[in-house]
Amino acid sequence: MTEKPLISIKQLNVEFPLGRTLFGKPPMLRAVNDVSLDIMPGQFYGLVGESGSGKTTLGRAILRAVPITSGEISFDNRDANYNVGGLEKKDLNNYRKLAQLIFQDPYAALSPRMTVRDIIAEPLEVMGLTQTREETDERVREIAAKCRLNLEHLRRFPHAFSGGQRQRISIARALVCNPNFVVADESVAALDVSIQADILNLLLSLQNQLGLTFLFISHDLSVVAHICDHVAVMYLGTLVESAPTRKLFDNPRHPYTKALLSAIPSLDPDDSGKAQKLEGEIPSPVNPPSGCRFHTRCHFAEERCRKEVPEWRKLDKRHSVACHFAEKLASTQ
Amino acid sequence: MTLLTVEDLNLKFDTDEGRITAVENVSFEINAGEVLGLVGESGSGKTVTAKSLMQLNPSNAVYSSGGGIHLDLESGVVEVLSLRSSRELEIVRGGAISMIFQEPMASFAPAITIGNQMVEQLLIHTSLSKRESSELSVEMLERVGIDEAGKRFHQYAFELSGGMRQRAMIAMALSTKPKLLIADEPTTALDVTIQAQVLDLMKDLVSEFGMAILFITHDLGVIAQVADRIAVMYLGGIVESGPVREVLKSPAHPYTRGLINALPKLDSLDEPLTPIPGDIPSPLERPPGCVFHTRCPEVLADRCNSSVPQRTNLGHGHSASCFAMNWEGKAA
Repeated sequence: MTEKPLISIKQLNVEFPLGRTLFGKPPMLRAVNDVSLDIMPGQFYGLVGESGSGKTTLGRAILRAVPITSGEISFDNRDANYNVGGLEKKDLNNYRKLAQLIFQDPYAALSPRMTVRDIIAEPLEVMGLTQTREETDERVREIAAKCRLNLEHLRRFPHAFSGGQRQRISIARALVCNPNFVVADESVAALDVSIQADILNLLLSLQNQLGLTFLFISHDLSVVAHICDHVAVMYLGTLVESAPTRKLFDNPRHPYTKALLSAIPSLDPDDSGKAQKLEGEIPSPVNPPSGCRFHTRCHFAEERCRKEVPEWRKLDKRHSVACHFAEKLASTQ
Repeated sequence: MTLLTVEDLNLKFDTDEGRITAVENVSFEINAGEVLGLVGESGSGKTVTAKSLMQLNPSNAVYSSGGGIHLDLESGVVEVLSLRSSRELEIVRGGAISMIFQEPMASFAPAITIGNQMVEQLLIHTSLSKRESSELSVEMLERVGIDEAGKRFHQYAFELSGGMRQRAMIAMALSTKPKLLIADEPTTALDVTIQAQVLDLMKDLVSEFGMAILFITHDLGVIAQVADRIAVMYLGGIVESGPVREVLKSPAHPYTRGLINALPKLDSLDEPLTPIPGDIPSPLERPPGCVFHTRCPEVLADRCNSSVPQRTNLGHGHSASCFAMNWEGKAA
């Protein structure tokens, strides 16, 4: 591929101070640790991991919603090129027109005091993208129709809507300023299964229609498997594996990916027990294990894993993994 | 042996906006040592049904007089809905029935140690002394796989991780040796790897203690792994029930089929997801006739929107309430 990535992240670190101390530096929590990844234009990029793995922080760092400690994030859509970490006021505003966020909880994300029309129009007004009220109304109606909202409902308040409809409103709000890149953070986690499939199909069709690039953050591997074309797996702030979806699910090379896949409860009552169950729980990120961060729960861990941090390396052009024994794991399958 | 029989349970809530039907004509049975999975989306009445078994619904709940909940204990049959005083209710609240909740942080008192909470309920429900209660509690914590149980016994809920709290909750619910455990979305708040651990633990405990479980969840995958039988709820009614293999492999009701098709599956990545069209109706605008007809892809004109389908027996304990399935020869 000669195409240039839309988002390119190099050795990104995000740290948060834990409380304050009178003297010296407070202890730091490293939520994102040395993450490098590329997101191609038009990709539906999935990011999975358990709670506390740093996936939300990574998503927010790309949007500059959390401060970046070190490393580089660059955004390049051919018309404009931004170094996200160093953006100042005006450029940051411009960048935010291009990169948007869809929230998890459609009940908390919408102001109960604003009508649906005002909620969707707010980004346009704040960013000064439209000149007249007529123009704003037109843009709102256009995007609302694309998100399959009933245009007669635009004057209602959010409480009158069900979870699925509310999520369509939040999607319309995120897309109204014509962004290139959208972070969808657990955007279907709060929805019922019958509605969830509808929202996933909507996201896919919007991506096709509008040529969007998505970073889809989720803890649900089967959802990610269905809609993403590339998936990265995070554990305790680091990336452990990244590959095209099918490859990752057919041939996982990191023991954590493998365990995560086998922990999904199967719909077939007779299909159980093959699972390679993980023991223990995810350690605290304040004091992460030495060497490979996964070694405390890994079935294959050896002395080397306790001492040496595995390098983030490419197995082939699009499949990367951070495990000393990735080749060995492949042969055990 | 039938442990619990729910017969024609009807439950409405009096609210400012009128009387809302939460549960309509629900009947099911749970045998001793059996896991019954109750599945449905939010608002389908799963939790309200379960809470009725312990009379835990708020005071604006109105049970209609026709139905009943019978609990068959060694000491005789208990009519749960006619229990009145808090003394009598102790039989179903923590005595013969225990409940574990979705969010373990919200169900432990934050300012009392885990140990004191466990001991308190043992003092109420058993004749054990304080000392024996503490010993039993620590033993139960060990049994559910908590390391350093002696130390955890003296800690508060906030000091434990999510998976650990759910284990402690299970230990607490089981220490009184209930006949029936109600587990309301016990693994929904947990990560998948921890969920797998907790499900394994619950399966082990069923075989060890021989109690029955009413397992409430929206996740069909979880049900497939733990339940013996399954009942699918939609808008307050059971639309289909039967042995878990039968129902999941040959679902008879269009709603059950819709739920299964809407679920992303790992072994068929190329197939598109099929959502169930429309939204779940608000309980204030309950559709007449079959409650599912507004979203049903197999709806029969003039029939489904006017009359209520009766439960049809499909053999092997499998039954469903739908007019359309008869046309497919499904019932035969």
